[in-house]
Amino acid sequence: MSPHLQLIAAEFRRQSTYRLALAAGVCTNGIFGLIRAGVLLAAVEGAGGTAGGYDARTALLYVLWGQALLGAIPMWGWNEIADRVRTGEIAVDLARPIDLQVYWWFRDLGRAAMQFLGRGLPILVLGSILLRVAPPAEPLVYLAGLVGLLLGLGINYLCRYALNLISFWTVETQGFQILYMVLVSLLTGFTVPVHLFPDWLKAIAEASPFPSMYQYPVDLISGRTIGAEVWSILGLQLLWLAILLVGTRVMTRLGTRRLVIQGG
Amino acid sequence: MLARIRSQLVYRTSFALNAVGSFLTGLLEFVEIYVLLAASPIYGGMTLPEATMVFALASISFGLADMVFGQMDSLPSFIKQGQLESYLTKPLPLVPQMITSTVQLRRLARVLFGVIALVVSLQFLDLGWSWAHAGIIAGAVLFGTAIFSSMFVLAGGCQFWLLNGTEFTNAFVYGGKYIAQVPGTVLLTPIRVFFTFVIPATVTAYLPTLILLDKPGPPLLPQVLAWAAPIFAVWSWVLALVVWRAGVRKYTGAGG
Amino acid sequence: MTIIETEDLSREFIVRRKTGRFSRTKQVVAAVDRISCTVSEGESVGYIGANGAGKSTTIKMITGILVPSSGRVTTCGLHPVEQRKALARQIGVVFGQRTQLWWDLPLRESFTILGAIHRLGRQAASDRIDQLIAELDLEGFLDTPVRQLSLGQRMRGEVAAALVHRPRLLILDEPTIGLDMISKERLRQFLLTERAERGTTLLLTTHDMGDIERLCERVLVVDRGRIVHDGPLAELRRTVALDRTVVIDYADPQPPHDIADTERVGYEVDGLRQSYRFHPERTTAAKVLAEASRLGEVRDLTLREPAIEDIVRTLYGRAR
Repeated sequence: MSPHLQLIAAEFRRQSTYRLALAAGVCTNGIFGLIRAGVLLAAVEGAGGTAGGYDARTALLYVLWGQALLGAIPMWGWNEIADRVRTGEIAVDLARPIDLQVYWWFRDLGRAAMQFLGRGLPILVLGSILLRVAPPAEPLVYLAGLVGLLLGLGINYLCRYALNLISFWTVETQGFQILYMVLVSLLTGFTVPVHLFPDWLKAIAEASPFPSMYQYPVDLISGRTIGAEVWSILGLQLLWLAILLVGTRVMTRLGTRRLVIQGG
Repeated sequence: MLARIRSQLVYRTSFALNAVGSFLTGLLEFVEIYVLLAASPIYGGMTLPEATMVFALASISFGLADMVFGQMDSLPSFIKQGQLESYLTKPLPLVPQMITSTVQLRRLARVLFGVIALVVSLQFLDLGWSWAHAGIIAGAVLFGTAIFSSMFVLAGGCQFWLLNGTEFTNAFVYGGKYIAQVPGTVLLTPIRVFFTFVIPATVTAYLPTLILLDKPGPPLLPQVLAWAAPIFAVWSWVLALVVWRAGVRKYTGAGG
Repeated sequence: MTIIETEDLSREFIVRRKTGRFSRTKQVVAAVDRISCTVSEGESVGYIGANGAGKSTTIKMITGILVPSSGRVTTCGLHPVEQRKALARQIGVVFGQRTQLWWDLPLRESFTILGAIHRLGRQAASDRIDQLIAELDLEGFLDTPVRQLSLGQRMRGEVAAALVHRPRLLILDEPTIGLDMISKERLRQFLLTERAERGTTLLLTTHDMGDIERLCERVLVVDRGRIVHDGPLAELRRTVALDRTVVIDYADPQPPHDIADTERVGYEVDGLRQSYRFHPERTTAAKVLAEASRLGEVRDLTLREPAIEDIVRTLYGRAR
């Protein structure tokens, strides 16, 4: 098997050993989903039936998909590589004949796949039943949604990876982790959809890569974004992915050089 | 305990960062309320200043409880580090030992954010000064803190059974916080019932705010229920302590 | 053929120290100081020295995860830092306290993943893995998650993981630290076999003279970043006393006893405890014990291996 597929498979199996944590995730994301559903429906009602382009049904679809994707596309930070730099474990990573970024990227794909199957699918099924919401029937929505999700996952990984790379320069990454959490949970449209933002906040969000990792893929797969707009959203995601890819490549190169010169 | 607090102040950078982080988290959660009210000017029967008051009261109480009891739900790490055993060998009750070892002063930043939000909302609401209002706010903070604290203890107790599934308890601890910060009207009925009569989250901020604003409240959550806050606080502590003690008994009975 | 070559290899670290509220001083510390040496293919070299002598720093430079401050290093004919990935295909490294195994997965899976990362091909990988499983006797715990393995089992797993891709050079950083006698011996036996069969070059750092005596033909002794001894093990034996010490606890107080071919180096608690130093080529611990038992009832016995620190001290005294 190719090393890349092998890494995906291995991380997939690793995640699957945490069964209780997966079940706990379903429970917590599920309860939060029910709370969020009420919170968002009230805003739609209060605005007279539609708010930010959402009606009751599409608002519920946003909540449902949003909660289901939370395991696969996490909104919190990640510090596994930073921890390895701190403990010196990074030496093991550097002594492998595979690129650091590629190594962790494929592992992240395996992680996301297990999280989606183990956490996302049960939430989608239970949620559709409890909230009595009909998913979009057009198959093309799911095709566009899948592409959007993969792009969003890539953008999400690259942001988290960049966050970790900061540890190649400074030991104290806690501040960056906190800042990242705050920015991401707001600007991705995770706590409230970006479409409900007042104009000034929407402008800030739209100038960042954050909606591309969460709000836009959710819009695609819940059937909110349709027609020609699908292409412009996918294009925008692709653009951000490319920008982040170039940025993280430069960071990896400079960071690795610094690490081998400074001696971790 | 004083030594513990002093030692936290020594690591100034880390302390400052975490304090700023707590403050920003409060701000972030408020922005959510703000955005919802920007989209829908009357939200769950409340205006922005009114909803801000609910948010502020919940923030203050949650911050205080989190400061003192916030580490109770990381019981598995206590167990892994062998700390629980060392506490069990001392002739003092377990819960006070655990909380004095982990008081998190940085959470005061979150309380500070809540206080600012409360002052601002009071300015806008123009309720006027009265001893009755002051008493209700003080009572809300007192019973709110007690209720949130009991949730942390309950979470800790549950984790004697859920060593690898600690996220289960986030559903009611952090779910409870989330619920407490929004007007109770917006909650779907099953959630409203569960988070009032089992885990009394709505009692911490929404119900006292109804008294202050003299609003009626939605079905199953009438204003008059606010006066039962002491009963809710006692109930939530009874629930928490029963589960906690059963957990400890299970842990020691199993021989570690 | 040369497999490792260093020439005036040096590495300095800048240590910043707080000297006052606002003032800091920079201090340059030479961790490795102009080391020149050559290791040929097939050799088995022990690299010993006290803690902080510069062993790990040298290994990091040889493997390409640390840039030298000055001097040159060539490993397997490659520039380690510039060609780190190419080098990684030719060498195997076991960093003592670190792991390259997957903590949550059964041991076997770590081997499969490494086989794929090294692009071995399915058949080649599984043949090699089966061979390592047999030789290191891993069969019994192959399906156990790594985090549940004992230290000895895990260490054997680490060594197997470092050898999956049949490296020409195996570098072991403190491979036997913390292991019990049986695990140590099993690991040493395997390394001997691996070397005999495949001619793998071995470079190991250790604190255990037992490792050196069993595994190494040549010993490099490093002290404060400099090589103070480089020669065959036999020569080291002649230069410094690789003496062992037997500490014997008698059941009752005893007068000072002398034992043939040993030197009495300790007499404590009215003779309840007496220590004897001996050279392993002149007598054995068993003989010393037999003699001591004749003189009085022996309650307990400990054997002390020569400490690396003592060897270094002797050599350093001489080098000056």
